[in-house]
Amino acid sequence: MSSMTFEMPNFALALPEIFVLSMACLILLIDLFLSDRNRVLTYLMSQATLVGAAILTVGLHSGEPQLTFGGSFISDTMGDVLKVFIYLVTAVVFLYSREYLRVRQLFTGEYFVLGLFGVLGMMVMVSAHSFLTIYLGLELLSLSLYAMVALQRDSVTATEAAMKYFVLGSLASGMLLYGLSMFYGVTGSLDIAEVGAYLKQLPGDNNIVLAFGVVFVVVGLAFKLGAVPFHMWVPDVYHGAPTSVTLYIGTAPKIAAFAMLMRLLVEGLGGLHVQWQDMLILLAIVSMAVGNIIAIAQGNIKRMLAYSTIAHVGFLLLGVLTGTANGYSSAMFYIIVYAIMALGGFGMIMLLSRAGFESDRIDDFKGLNDRSPWFAFIMLILMISMAGVPVSVGFWAKLAVLQAVVRADMTWLAVVAVIFSVIGAYYYLRIVKVMYFDKAEETAPLASSFDMRVAMSANGLAVFALGVYPSALTALCAAALK
Amino acid sequence: MEQIIFYVFAAILVASSILVITVRNPVHAVLFLVLAFFTSAAVWLLLEVEFLAITLVLVYVGAVMVLFLFVVMMLDINIAVLREGFIRYLPLGIGVALIVVIEMAVAVGPKYFGLEHFAEPVRHMADYSNTKELGRILYTVYVYPFEIAAAILLVAIIAAIALTLRRRPQTKYQNVTEQVMTRRDDRLRIIKMEAEKKEG
Repeated sequence: MSSMTFEMPNFALALPEIFVLSMACLILLIDLFLSDRNRVLTYLMSQATLVGAAILTVGLHSGEPQLTFGGSFISDTMGDVLKVFIYLVTAVVFLYSREYLRVRQLFTGEYFVLGLFGVLGMMVMVSAHSFLTIYLGLELLSLSLYAMVALQRDSVTATEAAMKYFVLGSLASGMLLYGLSMFYGVTGSLDIAEVGAYLKQLPGDNNIVLAFGVVFVVVGLAFKLGAVPFHMWVPDVYHGAPTSVTLYIGTAPKIAAFAMLMRLLVEGLGGLHVQWQDMLILLAIVSMAVGNIIAIAQGNIKRMLAYSTIAHVGFLLLGVLTGTANGYSSAMFYIIVYAIMALGGFGMIMLLSRAGFESDRIDDFKGLNDRSPWFAFIMLILMISMAGVPVSVGFWAKLAVLQAVVRADMTWLAVVAVIFSVIGAYYYLRIVKVMYFDKAEETAPLASSFDMRVAMSANGLAVFALGVYPSALTALCAAALK
Repeated sequence: MEQIIFYVFAAILVASSILVITVRNPVHAVLFLVLAFFTSAAVWLLLEVEFLAITLVLVYVGAVMVLFLFVVMMLDINIAVLREGFIRYLPLGIGVALIVVIEMAVAVGPKYFGLEHFAEPVRHMADYSNTKELGRILYTVYVYPFEIAAAILLVAIIAAIALTLRRRPQTKYQNVTEQVMTRRDDRLRIIKMEAEKKEG
């Protein structure tokens, strides 16, 4: 964006974004005129928006990366693939949330409208080609998330979680922005490609301003990703928010966060790889350590999954820090697989819950096999996959990342990652043990809707199928990052 | 001359910013924040960015800070509780602040951001309109970020309303339309009754 001459932008490239924004505004207006009985229309329109956006994204896809809006927007294969997964994951989130929200009198238009604005923010992040648009997309997403956490106003824990999330999130945004301003100061440009080119041709001397900037950018990113030691908000927010919102926060935004890592660190600050690699190594190791070890002590399954997220973020960072195309595609595969598994994990909590009963303690899963053998089996698939037991998709994802790490001559790091994964397997398998070998405390029959059960089964079977046949998704990720 | 003006305003700015966080009375703190905004607007004017300077005065001083004052005056803030542990955390706070200041001075100093790295801004004639230039670039080159910013503001509005609007069905209020549209038949019913027979 250094050249200030104006060219008419190619609006067609941003058609999915324009569509989602228009639909979100339209749904917001229509929702005002709906009675609570017809509120389901808001839900259906939100789902239709996601389907429409997916059709537009796939339809407009072209192999070549294309820039528009003065270079602040990029349309490329990685962006399109990630966007389609964001739509898919969000659609499942909405589907799971419907019954949960209805039972708790939280079934309002705002949940879906804010959800769609969040999706818009993620799309902006995924297709950003300027520091400014990355930041604005992130803010759009974060603001929607803060509000969604706080929507359950009568709950003290939700309000507290929202407050913590808001304060720490704003702090992180400030850090990120400060770091980015350093790069603007040195390079005089906000355009990711221009900054990238400038940093690549830079002689090897230590420029303190750039090092200063990298530190702030990495800290800001680590906050947003929830990597240790910037993870304090993750368990409280995951635990305090209504499970439907936890499900939303824990899945699709992770895919967008991966895109942000790629655009900012790899494409923008790729020339400083040596500097951010060391920081990411540190973050990855402590994230895997803290996440996996503290998760063992949790009695609440939402908190346990929150710590598990932290550990998975550590693995994601491992893939990115290798600095190789192989590592990036393995990280992309990892994060997509993680989003699908997390959908199932949080979805199962919602499936077992009913009015006045959250089913979010590990004890609530006791004897699930006696109550519903089928859903106990689905949960078994999800848990062994998250643990990374061989021939599950989680295993392939971990293996791909580890291979990339070994190929980058960091075998010791791969060994550390394996050790922490083995420690982590304990708490996932404990859920399996509780479901199959303990006596049920809760004996009421499951009270979930038909579509929820079908989707949950499909979710579990998708994880199973990906474990048997992961090569299609791996090939897709490899092609996306070519 | 310009340098003297700059240093005067910069000194007032730094001093008032420090006072914002050190004075005991919250109302005074808000007033010092107003002063800080005013002086930074003056510094911006020296940079020939009239539009931003005026916006800062109009929006922040005129609207946001007035609102702030209202809130501060209405809330009964217990300063004693806020000040608890101030002395205990002071050494740590000063230590961290010092490190940050030193680091920033090393990085953001004349060594990397001096005049030899950045050309002095060009002086413009009196008929040059900063507002016009800003508008032109905002609606052309930066139209995409501008639209996203608009979406962010919309989300803020939605969030604010969703979090504060409470429907209270038991609240009694007047429905003017209903009152005006009312007809005689809604309020008055004329019943024909047979006259009572007189006991005789």
